[in-house]
Amino acid sequence: MGNLSDLSKMVEPDRVRKEVYTDAEIFEREMERIHETVWIYCGHDSQVPKAGDYCTVQIGRQPMIMVRGKDRKVNVLYNRCPHRGNLICGDRKGNTGDQFRCSYHAWTFHHDGKLKNIPMMESGYAGTRLNKDSPELCMKKAARVETYRGFVFASLSSSGPSLKEFLGESIVAFDDMCDRAPGGEVEVVPNCFRVIQHSNWKLFMENQIDALHPSVVHQSTGRAAHEVEKLLAKEAKSGEAPLSYHMLSAFATVTIDKWDNFQTINYPHGHCILTGYMGLRPQDPDTLAYDKIMIKAYGKKRFEEIVGVNIHHVLVYPGLSVQSPLQQLRAVRPLGVDRTLTEIWHFRLKGAPEAIYRRSLAYYNLVNSPATLINADDLENFWKCHTGLSSDGGDWVSFARHHGRDLEKDGVVSSAPNMGTSEAPMRNQMKAWAKFMKEAR
Amino acid sequence: MKQQHEVEQFLYRQSELLDTKQWQKWIDLFAADGIYWMPPDASYKTWDGQPAIFAEDKNLMKVRMLRVLHPDAWSQRPLWETNHVVSNVVIRKVAKNGDIEVASRFHMMELRRDDVRHFAGSYFHRLKKTKNGYAIKLQRVDMANAQAAYDYVLQVWV
Repeated sequence: MGNLSDLSKMVEPDRVRKEVYTDAEIFEREMERIHETVWIYCGHDSQVPKAGDYCTVQIGRQPMIMVRGKDRKVNVLYNRCPHRGNLICGDRKGNTGDQFRCSYHAWTFHHDGKLKNIPMMESGYAGTRLNKDSPELCMKKAARVETYRGFVFASLSSSGPSLKEFLGESIVAFDDMCDRAPGGEVEVVPNCFRVIQHSNWKLFMENQIDALHPSVVHQSTGRAAHEVEKLLAKEAKSGEAPLSYHMLSAFATVTIDKWDNFQTINYPHGHCILTGYMGLRPQDPDTLAYDKIMIKAYGKKRFEEIVGVNIHHVLVYPGLSVQSPLQQLRAVRPLGVDRTLTEIWHFRLKGAPEAIYRRSLAYYNLVNSPATLINADDLENFWKCHTGLSSDGGDWVSFARHHGRDLEKDGVVSSAPNMGTSEAPMRNQMKAWAKFMKEAR
Repeated sequence: MKQQHEVEQFLYRQSELLDTKQWQKWIDLFAADGIYWMPPDASYKTWDGQPAIFAEDKNLMKVRMLRVLHPDAWSQRPLWETNHVVSNVVIRKVAKNGDIEVASRFHMMELRRDDVRHFAGSYFHRLKKTKNGYAIKLQRVDMANAQAAYDYVLQVWV
């Protein structure tokens, strides 16, 4: 492979060449033209509450630092000393005090990356090409940084759409999550789960909104949870098992045909909304107590609008999957053509009762932890897909399901009624991929 | 000495049940309100209301066991092999009623198809003295691997 001049031949409306998932050179190009160009999620500003707080984050192939400055501004810098290229932060997070200090030759930098001091600056650099004001003595900043409702994004390209323009309708991921808090704000639950899958990053993005897969892939856990759920319901005074069992059993009790009742709505940059409930508006005392607080904060009408938002998943292309009703966020960090890291975060609705936090926490632990009862079988499939795609047993990946039956209006493609398992999201992602790949930086 | 011996035998038996996949018997070692807990890292003080890799009562343990035994548990075909070695057993506290707190260390080799992984760390057991020996009120598992990303995931208890 390696012939990138003809990328258009790799993506057809209903199928894609296997090399798109397995070719190392294509991976390098997509890092450059997609991940290192468009808006990528860095983190939430509650991860760095105090001046000097930082965490490291990978954007495409670039090691970056997200840091809170003394001016309260969140900066995103390349994690690289301008002197000899040393990483400035070796730790994943911490507080750097009022400066960054390189561990190699003790160059120091302000939180915005500007040079603070070099040991023996005068004697060492007098008469050289460098002086204290040389821009090449600063830590390089991400070209653009923008925050929406506390969610920090960076783009390594100085041109392109603004964050809001780029997010378009997918911005509902953050609105839906934050609006569900009485004060309209969320905060991160410290630390994320980090899991590596042995496949290309695109398989993860496709799987997240693949409405057909759950009842096949997660049958084992759905059945197991349903067995125990039935026993617990029989024992319980209320006649109901804890909601967390329902969250798991739904993978089996929602049968394969029912997933067609879901709908995907697909947007030009590759973003996607998967609609559909998992029974998330129960009438138990915890929910009713929460409803009361919400109605007090927003009024009845606005409250109904907020909890009525019908979202299961929002996918922000190319690297973010948000389950806003459960306050979970997964950020995809490609490590190589065949290795992908996901960082999985949980957020707390500020001002909501503890019981509501615990409900989504149960989902976070059972579905998204490194001992996951659900994702284990997804990761298994990703590895199997990658291994099969690397073979000579075929050249194409098919996305033909319900092709030609989707509804399209103004560039937005929706699955048709009762065709929620349409492979429209995969077709749409690859269409966006091909467009990004063609665009020169 | 007798107590030390009893506790050691209990821990060895627990790891043997895991390695021989006798999961129901393994679950039976827990008290009715027993909890199996693996915190994300050593800084966590309680399993309750916190992110956790495992935080399971006996009901959730049963879900995990039934899942692994289901024919469509794709990631478990073939079932993984494990080999635990438990050592450094130190009794930390003995209550008047015979309840006991014990710390130990483990090393686990896991084989999944062609891939070997190694996990190591420490156990903390809070054990209740019963007529038939000990029952686990709480087992805390701290992974020495905790600061690294998980390369693939864990499926059965460690």
